[in-house]
Amino acid sequence: MKMNIQFSLNGKSISRDVPTHRLLLDLLRDEIGVTGTKEGCGTGDCGACTVFLNGKPVNSCLVLSGELDGAEIVTIEGLKIGPELHPIQKTFLQDGGAQCGYCTPGMLMMSKALLDENPNPSEEEIRFALAGNLCRCTGYAKIVQAVQDAAALLRNR
Amino acid sequence: MKRTEPFEFYQPASLQEASRLLKENGPGGRFLAGGTDLVIAMKEKGLVPKYIVDLKRISGLSGIREQSDGSITIGALTTMREIETSPLITKKYSFLSQSAAEVGSIQIRNRATVGGNMANATPSADGAPALIVLNATAKIVGANGDRTVPLEEFFRGPGQTVMTSDEILIELTIPKTGPRLVGEYIKFSPREMMDLAYVGVAVAYNLGASDKKCEGVRIVLGAVAPTPLRAKRAEAALEGQTLTETLAEKVGQIAAEEAKPISDVRSSADYRRAMVGAMTKRALLNAAAGPAKSWVERRERRY
Ligand SMILES: Cc1cc2nc3c(=O)[nH]c(=O)nc-3n(C[C@H](O)[C@H](O)[C@H](O)COP(=O)(O)OP(=O)(O)OC[C@H]3O[C@@H](n4cnc5c(N)ncnc54)[C@H](O)[C@@H]3O)c2cc1C
Ligand code: FES
Ligand code: FES
Repeated sequence: MKMNIQFSLNGKSISRDVPTHRLLLDLLRDEIGVTGTKEGCGTGDCGACTVFLNGKPVNSCLVLSGELDGAEIVTIEGLKIGPELHPIQKTFLQDGGAQCGYCTPGMLMMSKALLDENPNPSEEEIRFALAGNLCRCTGYAKIVQAVQDAAALLRNR
Repeated sequence: MKRTEPFEFYQPASLQEASRLLKENGPGGRFLAGGTDLVIAMKEKGLVPKYIVDLKRISGLSGIREQSDGSITIGALTTMREIETSPLITKKYSFLSQSAAEVGSIQIRNRATVGGNMANATPSADGAPALIVLNATAKIVGANGDRTVPLEEFFRGPGQTVMTSDEILIELTIPKTGPRLVGEYIKFSPREMMDLAYVGVAVAYNLGASDKKCEGVRIVLGAVAPTPLRAKRAEAALEGQTLTETLAEKVGQIAAEEAKPISDVRSSADYRRAMVGAMTKRALLNAAAGPAKSWVERRERRY
């Protein structure tokens, strides 16, 4: 079954006929061609597919397109502030918070969600917030560091 | 990962319409809340619903409200993240917000609803034990009217509840409790997060101000029976008594005898039973000590 949905993606409004069973992850990657969002597991466990849906981070691999009429979606492509990288992106670069980079879009979105709510998180609070984001490369220490450095950058802005 | 098969998709604006859709379209339809169980069942377990009825366009089904009689209602579409962070729940029943915080990740909890957690009726569902110790009732609406059942009697077996396929769980109500109520929920799983409970234990009782006697004791076990299980003999052993470490140990042993665990990939039945004893003891002592201040303290207090 197809359905017309209107939604906003990274601030741009989009109107489209979509199959209602299409996953938001596939809608983004395969139909719209916005491929920053990744699929790791497809089952809600790894967080590589994290996007903001109506302001909240969710796993796009578990959202059906039929649900999206009127939704506001922000993906990793929407994180940059104008031409500038977001401070979280800068510190992930600087601190080696990314190696292969596959988990990184999800890590960045989730880190943004955390820092929006808590400008000065402790290590434990960072680990709690990133519990649903798996990384096979970094061992997490540098990711935690990058989030702490981003928090400092954002506080001092 | 496998993709879901196509289906008809409805977004009714009222409960009557939603329930009628299920009745008229016949078997093979499913309600959709956050989809964190349903979409997984479609991707991993080969479930192919003929049609899906999304409940999220029906207004009034989410949110947490304190009523004039002191009871608290939680709409079925309230997310686990809302329960985790609700100032009202955190203040009155911190162990209930903690049980919500045990579900998956923040991303999952932003979608997972408390109604879906109940309706899916997984024996390990983290939301159930704490709600049952709080004597919660479930309000159900269907084509033939509405009814309210104690949550304790809502579950029938793994994936089975008292609801028929056209019925919708609309809210959970926690009746007013006394000012001396204390409680705790412990999810026992070797992984700190992103794991299902090997054993879940919720306890609540009124703690006498001066005599430290325990009254109205409720102990509910998750993941160790086909449904959440009240450990009634263990409750009786503590009722009217002063809690000591020795008594907590004994009550834990009785709860372990009452559990009906199975062996599976996560753990053997014997291990689960032993952990029911240990976690019930800890939960009773932690409840008396007051709410944990941080996530780390909460996890460490399991041992
Ligand atoms: C990665 C991951 C980790 C998880 N971790 C945990 C965990 O730690 N602990 C835990 O308990 N669960 C966990 N879950 C399971 C799941 O997130 C929860 O059970 C959740 O609360 C289900 O709610 P939902 O709104 O997503 O339900 P849905 O998937 O939308 O629905 C589940 C079922 O209930 C029915 N249903 C939903 N709402 C209603 C209603 N109001 N009335 C009638 N029927 C209804 C649906 O038809 C469907 O059959 C996890 C899931 C994932 C994917
Ligand atoms: S791909 Fe969605 S959580 Fe792994
Ligand atoms: S950088 Fe490779 S998975 Fe995280």
